[in-house]
Parts: sequence; structure tokens; C-alpha cells
Amino acid sequence: MGQQVINGLFLGSIYALFALGYTLVFGVLDILNLAHAAVFMVATFVAVALVGHGVHILLALPAAVLFAGLLGLVLERVAFRPLRARTDSNIAGLISSLAAATIIEAVVLEIWGPNITRFPFGTLPEGPTNQLRLLGGTVSRLQLTIIAVAGLLVLALTWLVQRTRLGREVRAVAESPRAARVLGVDVDRAIAAAFFISSALGGAGGVLYGLAFNSISPDMGRGVELKGLAVIILGGMGSMPGAVLAGFALGLTEVFVVANLGGSWRDVISFAGLFLFLVLRPRGLLGAAVTREA
Amino acid sequence: MLEQLSDLYLTYQSTLGYIGINALLALSVYVSLSCGQLALGSAGFAALGAYAGALATMKADLPFPLALLLSALLPALVAVPLGLPVLRLKGVFLAIATIGFGEVVRLGLVNWEYVNGAQGIVAIPQKASIWMISLAVAVTLYVLSRVRGSKWGFALEAIREDEPAARTMGIPSTRYKLAMLVLGAALAGLAGGLEAHFTFMVAPNGFGFSRVVDMLVFAVVGGAQLFWGPVVGAGFLTVLPEVLREVAPLVGIEPGPLRMLVNGLVLLLVILYLPAGLVSLPRRLRERRAAP
Repeated sequence: MGQQVINGLFLGSIYALFALGYTLVFGVLDILNLAHAAVFMVATFVAVALVGHGVHILLALPAAVLFAGLLGLVLERVAFRPLRARTDSNIAGLISSLAAATIIEAVVLEIWGPNITRFPFGTLPEGPTNQLRLLGGTVSRLQLTIIAVAGLLVLALTWLVQRTRLGREVRAVAESPRAARVLGVDVDRAIAAAFFISSALGGAGGVLYGLAFNSISPDMGRGVELKGLAVIILGGMGSMPGAVLAGFALGLTEVFVVANLGGSWRDVISFAGLFLFLVLRPRGLLGAAVTREA
Repeated sequence: MLEQLSDLYLTYQSTLGYIGINALLALSVYVSLSCGQLALGSAGFAALGAYAGALATMKADLPFPLALLLSALLPALVAVPLGLPVLRLKGVFLAIATIGFGEVVRLGLVNWEYVNGAQGIVAIPQKASIWMISLAVAVTLYVLSRVRGSKWGFALEAIREDEPAARTMGIPSTRYKLAMLVLGAALAGLAGGLEAHFTFMVAPNGFGFSRVVDMLVFAVVGGAQLFWGPVVGAGFLTVLPEVLREVAPLVGIEPGPLRMLVNGLVLLLVILYLPAGLVSLPRRLRERRAAP
């Protein structure tokens, strides 16, 4: 039982990290950035490549995160900004982000091949104290570190969005781009910033996921992509505390479903939940009560 | 000459079949798009159709046309109770809900022991021929061509452009949107039934999220504003890998990644510069030449 709670929290922290970036852009632009999972994946490959060249993981992680953020800026520039004036920009943006995701996956596939890549042995320092006993279960130091890093990033983002000038600008754009522009907000800059932060968080989620499961392949983002959607909807559109809460809820639920019903039922829960929430409670757990107008 | 042509036909027979099946699938996404709805349940509907058809011929020994009818009918029936609540959602949310539906269908089939779970059904008798597939596409196109310019066609266009305004004009938009979802489900199911009897096998993982993305890409690249756009898109993007397989050694990129790269680039270029799809290319070129 204790073990399952730990595993669930661990899985949930990665879902939360992934969904947080996803929902930041979704909340601001109303655009579903389906390239988010590709960024998640490519950041992991960058980290593996850096570690392979002898860079310490503590340097490789921020470097990969930075790379992911910069890739987010490129994505925004190439696939989203040109479409912003269109009336069907949310559907067009969904499609252009799919195109970007395909291109990124193709490049990774060409460079690293379709096989599973792993972090080299010894990426993380091993030691006798690696396993800790907690709540009647064992938890590895890596798992604890990942939960801690995820928690820190969540707090940092909350601070950024709630307390800084940039965060206020992003929220203003989310409310109404036109009004924000009238009030002197540089809308393009705010949106680009949202993309940078979102992609950096996605990249961080990817590297942590890669470290945790150490099974890295060009299609690793696919499973998380749809799970991330489920987390956003469950949490409530554009609600960042909701995304975190729903991420942990999904992680815990999945672990308990696997333990009690078997592994093949794990994914049914997230998609059936996604579907039921959209139909029965479209505003999610913590979302504002607004109608879902596109 | 005739001999060469028939050789060519034999070599690319299966490609022709796939073009037809992909065209039907692309049209299944298109019919909802034609009234402005991005419904992405087609992979789930195709899976239902494929399994219904395969079980009908293998377990119930039904004649093939009857099995195909079942392939189209079952998803259409499922689409009604699905559509009533889901079609209240707009834009991206409708897309997400229908993706969720498709995944639930796929995972349900993975967990259904009777149909071999993730392995799927194999050794389905090959009963679908090129002419049947072509006939299905031709009939669909004929029906859609009749819709265009009719009362139905104008109603769908009105809903696509401005749904509240259309409702004010007395157009029962929910009924039209549901009808299009049901039609799309039937088309996807028919394509699934044909595919099952064309490739001898069906497996749930052939009907995942990436499959419905393919269908959407066919429709968008071809052009989602004209009924024959999706067919052009399906044709173009089904033949493209065959061409790229020949080209791949020349550019020194593996065929798999090259296909993805080109697909992605084509999609990106079309959505940025040709929003009405490849079918609008001739007109665009003519306009450019007329106004230098």
C-alpha cells in the first residue's frame, strides 16, 4: 500500500510536470500544442547525448531544459505565430503543431534510430543508501529527487505566473489579447515567453522520465501526450493547480489500477475519465465555470 | 504497351486499394469538418467496422456485402449516443473527447480476449477487391457532390461559417452536426470492413491516435473545403512513400524518417501557405500568373 502511494506520487509528479507546460500554452492561446510531447522526447535525447559526451547529469539536465525552451520559441515562431490572425487558428494550430511534432520525431529517428536508448551506466551516483524505507515501502533516492525537482518546478512556475510582471502579462493575454495590447502588453513577447516556459517544463519532464524509466525512444512522447490531455481536462482548462492535482490523481489511480486490475486496464482509466469528464463536468476539477466555446 | 500497363497495375494493385481505403477514412473526417466540427473518432469507428466485418464473415459466415453493411451500420449506431453529448463541445474540446472515445475503443479491443486482445484477428478471408473499394469511393463522392449546392450543403456551410447565426436562421444545427458525425462513422466503419478483408488482419493498435492523425492529415493536405480534396490528399500521401522509398538511398536518409520528414514538411507548408489544400494549388498558381 505504502509502496503504491510512493510509486503513484512519483508517476504523478511526471504527469504533473508534463501537463503544467501543456496547460500553460493551452490556457493562454487556446491552442493544443501537440508538439509538446515531441519536445519532451527530444530533450531526453539531448540529455543522453550530453551525458554520453561526459557531461555531468547536473549540467546536462539544465542544458537539455534550455534546449527544450529554445525549441519552444522556434515552434511558436514557425508553427503558431503565422496562424494567429486566422479565424480557425485553434484547429490550424493543432494541425501545424502535429506537423512540427512529425518533423522533430523524424529528425530524432534519423539521428538516433528507432531502438531504445539508455543513459550510460553511472549517470547517477550509486550507493548503499540508494534505497530508503518510507511509509512501509522502499523508495529510491532517484525517485525522491524527481518528486522534489518536480515539486520545485511547480512552485517556481506558480511564483512566476502569480507574482512577476511577465506572469501578469501572460495572464492578461490569456484573458483577452486585444485588451492586453491596448494596455501596453507586448502580446507577441508574452506568448513567446509562455512557449519558452511551457517547452522547458516539458523538457524537464522528459529528462526526469528518461532518468526514471531509462527507456528512451523516439515514440516515448506518444503515451504521455494523450495522458497529458487527460490531466489538463481533469484538472480544468488553464488551471495550473488543477493540472498538478490531476497529475497526481492520475498517477495514483494508474498505480492502483495496475495493482488491482492488471496492467492492460491502466490506460482505459485515463481515457474513460477524460471522456466522462468532458461530457459530464467539462470544467474539470478546478476549472472556472465557463462554457466551452472555441 | 497494354502488357506494361497491366504489369504496372499488378505491382501497384495494393497501393491502389490503400488509396481507396485511405480516401474513405479521410472523407470520414472531412464530413464533420464540412460543418466546422473537428471530430477525431474515426479510428475508433474504423476499428468497430473492421472487427464487426471480420467477425461477421468468419464467425457468422455472412455473405461479404452483408458483412460490409454491418461494418458501416455498427459505428453509425454507436455515433448517435456518442454524438448527442459530445457535439455540445466546441473546437479543440470536441477533438479531445472524440480522441478519448477512439482510445477507449482501442483499449477495449485490446482487453477483449474473444478477439485475441492486442494480437487481433488474423487470416480473414480476402474478399475486398479493388473495384469494390473504388465503387465505395465513387458512390461516396457522388453523394457528396449532390450535397454540394443543395439545401443540405448550404446549411452545412452556414454552420461552418457561423453556428449561432445559422441557428438564428432556423437551421437545426445539432441535427446536421449529428448527421455528419453518423455519416463519418459509417464511412470509417465501411473503410475498416474493407481494410480487414483486404489485408487479412486487424489489430487494435492499427487504430490508435496516430491513425486518426493520418486521416486528418490526408483531408487537410488535400483540402478540406471541397469534397474531393480528401481523396486527392489520400492519393498523394499514399503514393508519396512509394516514391520516397526509391529516393531515400539517393539522399542518404532512411526511408522511415524520410517519409515522416516529408509528411511533416508537406503538412506544415500546406497549413501555412495553402489553407485550402493541394486542390487549390492550380487556382493559386493561375491567380499569381494573372496578377504579377
